[in-house]
Amino acid sequence: MNEDRRSFIKKAGIGILAGIGSAAGLFPALSLEKTVFPAWDEKPEPGKHRWGMLIDTRKCSGNCRECVAACHFTHNVPDFGNRKDEVKWIWKSAYEKVFPTASNQFQSPEVTERPYVALCNHCAEPPCTKACPTEATFRRWDGIVSMDYHRCIGCRFCMAACPYGSRSFNWRDPREGIKLASTEYPTRMQGVVEKCNFCSERLVKGLDPACVEACPEQALVFGDLNDPSSEIRKLLESSETMQRKPELGTKPSVFYII
Amino acid sequence: MIEKALKGSRNYWLWIGLLLLGIGAGSVAFSRQMWEGLTVTGMGRDVSWGLYIAQFTFLVGVAASAVMVVIPYYLHNRKEFAKTVIVGEFMAVAATLMCMLFILADMGRPDRVLNVLLYPSPHAMVFWDVMVLNGYLLINFVSAWTVLGAERKGVPTPKWVKPIIYLSIPWAFSIHTVTAFLYAGLPGRHLWLTAVLAPRFLASAFAAGTSLLILVTLVLKKTTGFDAGNEARQKLAVLATYAGIANFFMIGTEFFTAFYSNVPAHMHGLQYLFFGLHGKSNLVPWMWLSLLLGFGALGILLNPKLRQTSKWLVAACVGMVSSIWIDKGVGLVLGGFVPSPLEEITEYGVTLTELTVTLGIWAVGMLVLTLLLKVAVTVKKEQEA
Repeated sequence: MNEDRRSFIKKAGIGILAGIGSAAGLFPALSLEKTVFPAWDEKPEPGKHRWGMLIDTRKCSGNCRECVAACHFTHNVPDFGNRKDEVKWIWKSAYEKVFPTASNQFQSPEVTERPYVALCNHCAEPPCTKACPTEATFRRWDGIVSMDYHRCIGCRFCMAACPYGSRSFNWRDPREGIKLASTEYPTRMQGVVEKCNFCSERLVKGLDPACVEACPEQALVFGDLNDPSSEIRKLLESSETMQRKPELGTKPSVFYII
Repeated sequence: MIEKALKGSRNYWLWIGLLLLGIGAGSVAFSRQMWEGLTVTGMGRDVSWGLYIAQFTFLVGVAASAVMVVIPYYLHNRKEFAKTVIVGEFMAVAATLMCMLFILADMGRPDRVLNVLLYPSPHAMVFWDVMVLNGYLLINFVSAWTVLGAERKGVPTPKWVKPIIYLSIPWAFSIHTVTAFLYAGLPGRHLWLTAVLAPRFLASAFAAGTSLLILVTLVLKKTTGFDAGNEARQKLAVLATYAGIANFFMIGTEFFTAFYSNVPAHMHGLQYLFFGLHGKSNLVPWMWLSLLLGFGALGILLNPKLRQTSKWLVAACVGMVSSIWIDKGVGLVLGGFVPSPLEEITEYGVTLTELTVTLGIWAVGMLVLTLLLKVAVTVKKEQEA
């Protein structure tokens, strides 16, 4: 092949690629991957928003599992039926397990027997992201502690660092543990860590997190902790609330009304 | 120089064959783990690290202890260590290699290990550990190999090696300090959240690593006739004694702080390990055995008459290595996960697959050590002849 022909083919190839690229930008319908445009309405500004959740445990009823079911279905969280391989994003636990360092002497039995919802605290000072050697888990501009499943090397340092037990590892192929698959969120592969993402995939569509939407008692309130006029802020100011293990300085974004 | 490892007696080749068999078994077990996932190990949601990370922690100590021969020989010019120093350095090379293999075996996605270098994260202690371990492997291999090469040719050691050897001294301290920092900075894991962890790691490393080095020189003497010298062994035994005392002293201070302060979270880990917590007590016999072996070893080492008897010295060294292997290679890592952040007490049971992979990695380490020492011993013997 002579040099002229070679360089012509090269240039033509680059031209075609550039054409496809710009066409995809100009006509969103042509792009190979769909972008959710509301996500770009506002330029991300680190620290402007901080998503948080308030759980009114007085409203949470004992046997109800709606929040857990909705979350685990939406996010294709596998269920293997054993503790060792367990993967969970949100769950219900006893008072002394969720608040092991809180006072439990002479508490009213009603309070200690109530179920407590636990999930990732999306800490403002997350120890897990600090421990991650590849930035596979990181704190987003809106306060959500997020995971990049494609970068995670499965070293489980974030699990050792998390003082809340909020992280799960895929000890085996999670697809075998999914009975009913959801198309809302991708499945994960064996060997990576996962956890609650505050439904960031729903937030960009303007929806509330799946657990908040599913709760029949409206016990979960979701909102921007940095917005003084938000419902969550008003509730935080008007009620006595607790955080999990506040003495560790992680500044959880999940609050509880006891 | 490596060709010297290719000529050996029948026993030498039998030993190599045995190690290759171990590596083969380990590889089969590892491929099963890769296929089915880490579910084939004893680890789970609550105890998310196990035997692999524990072996890694113990072996970083073995690697760091090479400094116990490098300091007296190169810094203080103590000639009695002349024959031991190469053994120590090659042991550090093999131990560091095993450390890295144990980390790889523990990873969910070892195929992505290079992400650590692609996305360097100075805020993560693992990043620093990868840096210092690789550096230490290189430093020790280059300095030991170069010094040995010069010796073989009968020429003076090249000048550029000296600074590298000196660098290996602070570097040895750095590998074990950074390894302690992997644990000591995690909130909510109270057994690990202690400033004394790094000093304790160093003390236990210098006790166990030095004892192991004494044992390796004795094995070399028996199998090859190459004697590193009794004088060096006795000096090393004294170093191991001091380090062992420092180690047990620091374990004692942990007990004082936890139990005198009476803070539940600080007590739980030690309670689980040494007395059992809420009826869960799998590790209790192990931890007491560790104390018994450690104190027994110290008892022998503190007695000069016993220490100078070869049989007692072997017993003391075996005791010290086993004691610290249990304490650091089992107790410390597992104890950190009990109770879990949600106050669950989950006990860990090792699986056959996990054990086979572990034996395979030890076989790799011993193979590398055997080959390197074979070269070293052959060169040294040729020089003497």
